Amino acid sequence: MAESSDRPSPSLSGAVPDEEEPYAGHGHSLTVRITHWVFTIAFFFLVFSSFPILIAHPRFYWGETGAMGTHPLFVLPLPLRVGRSGWGRSIHFLAAWLSLFTGVLYVGLGMLARHFRTRLLPTREDLSWTNIRHVVSEHARLSRASLAGQFRYNVLQRLAYLAVVFVFFPLILLSGLAMSPAVTSVAPWLVVLFGGHQSARTIHFLIAALLVAFLATHLAMIAVAGFMPRTRAMITGRSRAARRTETLV
Amino acid sequence: MSAPLASSKLDRRKLILAGATALTGAAGIGVAATLAKRYGLTPPDHQGIYNIGETLTYASQRILMARHPLAREFSAREISRVSPVKGKPPETETYHRLADASFKGWTLGISGLVARPAAFSLDDLKRFPVSSQITLHACEEGWSYIAQWQGVSLPYLLNRVGVTNKARYVVFYCYDGWWGSIDMDDAWHPQTMMALAMNGQDLSIGHGAPVRLRVARQMGYKSYKYIARMELVDDLKKIGGGLPDFSVGRKYAWYAGI
Repeated sequence: MAESSDRPSPSLSGAVPDEEEPYAGHGHSLTVRITHWVFTIAFFFLVFSSFPILIAHPRFYWGETGAMGTHPLFVLPLPLRVGRSGWGRSIHFLAAWLSLFTGVLYVGLGMLARHFRTRLLPTREDLSWTNIRHVVSEHARLSRASLAGQFRYNVLQRLAYLAVVFVFFPLILLSGLAMSPAVTSVAPWLVVLFGGHQSARTIHFLIAALLVAFLATHLAMIAVAGFMPRTRAMITGRSRAARRTETLV
Repeated sequence: MSAPLASSKLDRRKLILAGATALTGAAGIGVAATLAKRYGLTPPDHQGIYNIGETLTYASQRILMARHPLAREFSAREISRVSPVKGKPPETETYHRLADASFKGWTLGISGLVARPAAFSLDDLKRFPVSSQITLHACEEGWSYIAQWQGVSLPYLLNRVGVTNKARYVVFYCYDGWWGSIDMDDAWHPQTMMALAMNGQDLSIGHGAPVRLRVARQMGYKSYKYIARMELVDDLKKIGGGLPDFSVGRKYAWYAGI
């Protein structure tokens, strides 16, 4: 997106710290903001609706088959409650369709706008050991100053976002489809790829757990960096630096 | 002052772009809905936003399976040792009397939009060509097993009674009070069968004796047990007090290809 050059640069460098300058105009694009919030809603309902599905049989297996009376891979300490997964599944699929549409829109428009190449693909400097060590130690210290004063995605963010978008979401979608006897009648290789019907279910659950952990980390990092300004930036697309300049001017 | 002006112009352009995208999206959904209705791609339980997901799933899977692919089949080695039973057998006196007489008096009635309504006894069904499959039975709860089923192919029975062009669904009525339906795509599918035996033995009471349906490309709850009779219909609103499947009343999707 080319809007960056059209934004006024902060003229009062005394009021706005120098290093915030590059952030003015580097806010989130409209595509990113809309898909982010629609996806937030879809993801909430996906997780919410997974509970009635999960408690109908909180046991996981490896291979094609598995049931009460066979050896489980692991069992979740959840109360067993059957007969409730019908509405849960309806919501789960509705939310899955919504997240699929949103995901396709986000990736498609993002590719057109070179969003992934310019903002998420780590640069050579990003991937240097010195930089990685620096970023990791900043994160470990939960240093607010370093996170709040950061105006480009750091290497950990880049790798995490790319992995979530291009590895884990495709995998959770495919493992979900691998559980469908209708879909696997068309594409039997899909369920073979995951090592069987029950393996696909187990992988689907494990990736879901991983994505929830990602969300928790995402929220924690935002809290460290400043919850309100970061949330505002994801709604209005403008950073505080840009806003401050405008109100001052 | 020129810079803020430029940025507001940009915002307007983006706003128009977003509006156009939203309009195209809405129009696309409208066109898709109309097309889905015309080509019979809406499931009978489609209504309200709650069911948009079901409708999208049904429509996309019917398009994906336009060439009627077969559900995966397995080797005899892969047959599961454990095959759990869900639900209780029918508690009616009629069913108990039939079961006590080894289902001697049981018949499978086929009525509705057919040329030659018929009632087949268990012996009739056993004389028909045997259809056999080793497939996965997956319960919507999450567990699954592989078993071999033997019985009569449903397309074979449908051909015997002569299905009329108007028929759109096959309705199954069961001794346990359950009823349900499948569309003609699944009814004519070569793997859909009236199963009489499982793993080489007559179907047990738990597994739906004397005859259960097998719909290999849907979740287990569509493979109705304890079949009493079948009816071919053009509209599911006339059956079951408007419910196309007993399970729909319990918020389970009519179509369970998942």
